[in-house]
Amino acid sequence: MIDRDQVLHVARLARLELTEAELEKMADELSGILDHVERMNELDLDGVEPTTHVVQLENVLRADTPRPSWPREKILEPAPDPDEGAFRVPSPQA
Amino acid sequence: MSDVLELTAAEAIDRITKGELGSDEYFDAYAEAAAGDELGAYLWRAKPGTSDGATGELNGAPIAVKDIFCTEGIETTAGSRILEGYRPPYTATAVRRLAAAGAQVLGKTNMDEFAMGSSNENSGYGLVRNPWDLERVPGGSSGGSAAVVAARLAPWAIGTDTGGSIRQPASLCGVVGLKPTYGAISRYGMIAFASSLDQCGPLTRDVMDAAILLRVMEGRDHCDSTSVGIEGGVELPSRTDLKGLRFGVPRELASEAEGIEEGVREVFERNVALIQELGAEVDECELPHSAHGISAYYVLAPAEASANLARYDGVRYGLREGASSGTDSELASMYERTRTAGFGPEVKRRIMLGTYALSSGYYDAYYGRAQRVRTKIAEDFATAFERFDYLVTPTSPTVAFELGARAENPLAMYMSDYCTVPMPLAGLPAISIPAGLAQPDGGGPELPVGLQLVSPAFGESGLLDAAHAIEGAIGFDARPVGAAG
Amino acid sequence: MSLPEGYEAVIGLEIHVQLQTQTKMFCGCALSFGDEPNVHTCPVCLAHPGSLPTVNERAVDYALRIGMALECDLAPRSIFHRKNYFYPDNPKAYQISQYDIPLATKGRLGDVRVHRVHLEEDAAKMIHVGQSGRIHGSAHSLVDFNRAGTPLVEIVTEPDLRSEEEAREWAQLLRTTVRQLGVSDVNMEEGSLRVDANVSIRRAGESELGTKTELKNMNSFRFLERGIEAELDRQVGVVESGEEVAQETFHFDPRAGSLTPLRSKEYAHDYRYFPEPDLVPLAPTEEMLSAARDALPELPAKRRERYRDELGLPDESARQLAFDADLGEYFENALDAADGLEPRIVANWVTGELAAAQRHFGHKKDVEPTHVAEVVRMVADKRISHASGREVLHTLSDPGSSVAGPEEVVERRQLEMESDASALEAIVAAAIEAEPAAAEKVRAGNPKAVGPIVGAVMRETKGTADGGEVTRLIREQLGAG
Ligand SMILES: [Mg+2]
Ligand SMILES: [Zn+2]
Repeated sequence: MIDRDQVLHVARLARLELTEAELEKMADELSGILDHVERMNELDLDGVEPTTHVVQLENVLRADTPRPSWPREKILEPAPDPDEGAFRVPSPQA
Repeated sequence: MSDVLELTAAEAIDRITKGELGSDEYFDAYAEAAAGDELGAYLWRAKPGTSDGATGELNGAPIAVKDIFCTEGIETTAGSRILEGYRPPYTATAVRRLAAAGAQVLGKTNMDEFAMGSSNENSGYGLVRNPWDLERVPGGSSGGSAAVVAARLAPWAIGTDTGGSIRQPASLCGVVGLKPTYGAISRYGMIAFASSLDQCGPLTRDVMDAAILLRVMEGRDHCDSTSVGIEGGVELPSRTDLKGLRFGVPRELASEAEGIEEGVREVFERNVALIQELGAEVDECELPHSAHGISAYYVLAPAEASANLARYDGVRYGLREGASSGTDSELASMYERTRTAGFGPEVKRRIMLGTYALSSGYYDAYYGRAQRVRTKIAEDFATAFERFDYLVTPTSPTVAFELGARAENPLAMYMSDYCTVPMPLAGLPAISIPAGLAQPDGGGPELPVGLQLVSPAFGESGLLDAAHAIEGAIGFDARPVGAAG
Repeated sequence: MSLPEGYEAVIGLEIHVQLQTQTKMFCGCALSFGDEPNVHTCPVCLAHPGSLPTVNERAVDYALRIGMALECDLAPRSIFHRKNYFYPDNPKAYQISQYDIPLATKGRLGDVRVHRVHLEEDAAKMIHVGQSGRIHGSAHSLVDFNRAGTPLVEIVTEPDLRSEEEAREWAQLLRTTVRQLGVSDVNMEEGSLRVDANVSIRRAGESELGTKTELKNMNSFRFLERGIEAELDRQVGVVESGEEVAQETFHFDPRAGSLTPLRSKEYAHDYRYFPEPDLVPLAPTEEMLSAARDALPELPAKRRERYRDELGLPDESARQLAFDADLGEYFENALDAADGLEPRIVANWVTGELAAAQRHFGHKKDVEPTHVAEVVRMVADKRISHASGREVLHTLSDPGSSVAGPEEVVERRQLEMESDASALEAIVAAAIEAEPAAAEKVRAGNPKAVGPIVGAVMRETKGTADGGEVTRLIREQLGAG
């Protein structure tokens, strides 16, 4: 169960805007999904190790040897707002 | 010309080697077929006459590539408006390996946005229709790749599978779909949905073609720390019987599978009988926690996705929406407007779900628990593989459903992955092969049913060999009415 | 400044050290040093779709060295996490860092406990363009990703520091330590060493901690001290006026020398940490550990102990020589050259006479450690007097002089002491005759009266005679032994 205010908080964390109508709908849908998800609570999982990786690898390391970086024109080509060889963004303060 | 489209890729490559077929001729046959795509399956197509006469073991064969793979200079969107017009500065390792072996990109296939979906109705660029019935879904998220192979618009294709995104559409479109062991093929350049589950794999006409593509694409890649490749490589399949092999039928994913249709059940039971006739021992078994696979999956995958999709912020590439003058800073406003405009409803839903599951106070209840369920599911498989060489289940509880049928009910849509979700959670390889035709519950046209085979990690060579024997015995030769030729 | 009666400062430091590797933490781009913007980037450090991180082997080695130097417990198996927050300097919108299982924990340096040491990646640089050029009121910002992904080691201390001076001194010790490890140039002005402070106050004797505030951007040791001082003042003010200290982050403004509250990067601070699925665990092997161990030099804290306990140096010069890496090295070399000489004496010359001479000439000309050793040797052998030794070092430190070494100075200035005893006795005898009044007083039992006679001897010997020896001879000849 997740209510409208929680949805609003989560939307802000996720940088998404939801209209009033969308908030309600989202709250309903997420609650429905979470009800199903919470069936996991039937299980006794005490002492069970969490799985983060299915591959049992350790210490996969890269040698500290430089390779050429990408040409600046190439990485600025898809930039929405290139400026002076950099990526321009609106002010975090204004 | 049209008979060229009836060949499997292996057959065509063989003819090219023998000089009976020109590689450019082969490429153009498909370039022209793809140009006539009416399924909405392609987002980008190579033009006829653009074959570069590539050589190598694949003899310049054309291949359809899911739009989730970065292809340098070719628009790559992962089915999302937020990446509209994005031309990657590099090419995915899997595609590079294909090119190095002499394959040529025929087109980029449509998909559910960021691979989130089981019907291909979540693409930002329109839905994909199932060539068997244009009013039905091809499955997803690799629906475009499955549809073009089924409809003879490509000899073969690659896709990605996170919870069933290769196997389920393969099943619904009547083609072969293989999800290799996690780590078999590099994920570098494959746009991430859920990093601990995503795996690249082939969608093909038959098992042999799938084996050929896997053999070319697998291998350790220094760009992907989680890639290991398949030790000893991949042997091409040759089996015609199953003597000496033990097959397990996990009750929870077969007879007791949630929402399994009658027709699917019948086809599956016929297949199980056939497997016995081929000389295998067959017995029932349990995967007690697999019923909780959907629950664990719909916590873990959205959680990882919420982080993987956070980079789409309008700063470095892709869509940017201007800031609005509000209470927030201009920057925060730019972020919110860009992401709100760029993502579709299902992607937003999963980002919300994943963000919530990770947010402070909920991590243990959701993410932590799901990780432990994942452990239990893997243990269930390990136990089963002490008794059996392979497990066999239906790929999808249902045949292809009608467009829009599950669009308004997320949970019902998620249930489409019921039989395919446990394998990626355990990192195991699984293949879906066409197993026959069946009517949906409540009647309708006969539609493809898929049979899923599962093996222990990195057991692909044996898995393909067994699938090859079953494929031969089933002799599936039905073809979609809508298909070219 | 010290807090008013009844208050105690509780200070912990959070340090970020930029590692001096060849490439970034998770991609093969070369590190950048003030280059054009965005010329050291690639799909990985720009977070292009589909790109994946790969861990820099040397960064791990450097982090292990730091963990060992800080006497930490090294985790047999540590993992990376994703720290999620949106900001233009954070291309993936998550920073790959370490969270609940860091590389190293429970260490100490000097008398401050180290809570944890972990590996992470640096953020991009944002240039805020606008009215004041400062972040406040900037019109828009330009992002330069050259720095994005530079390997960082974060070091977090326990709140063991009790004053701004202690904090500054400890940070300087840490800097010397890391500098000696050769893993970073640890320069606060250039940002390769960044020290944030967590500051709180409590009534003396109280055990639980008060609400702490975080101070950032103090980009010199002086500012670190001033920033903490200012914040301690502020907190006392708040408490004195009967209010509560609020949890806040402050930005130190070097120009104004004052603190300004910083806006948070998130609506709420909820970083939603979870294990990074793109990277596998770090489990240092015996090879990795011994490689890091073998690379460790003698570190200040250890060196100080050795100087004090084994070489018998006074505590202060032991500390001075151990905590000043360059001076320490100089002393070590001088000591090698001065074989057999008492370390305490060599240390006195290095930290005393030599330091003075160097200061006098503004450190414009270095003196060979071997030359210092020679001088100390000459004085010890009574070839020259202490005063002459000082003069030699003075000359050697003089940029204007062009002497080859101590011998030449002694030569030119004829500083050699009268070694022929009989000759010196004769000079003493003559001096006694020349100063009958003084001689009388000495005979009468007033030892202090030798002054004028000694002076006469020194005039005769141009100061090369050893004062002690001269006094002894005078007393002897006057029968006032
Ligand atoms: Mg940090
Ligand atoms: Zn880079």
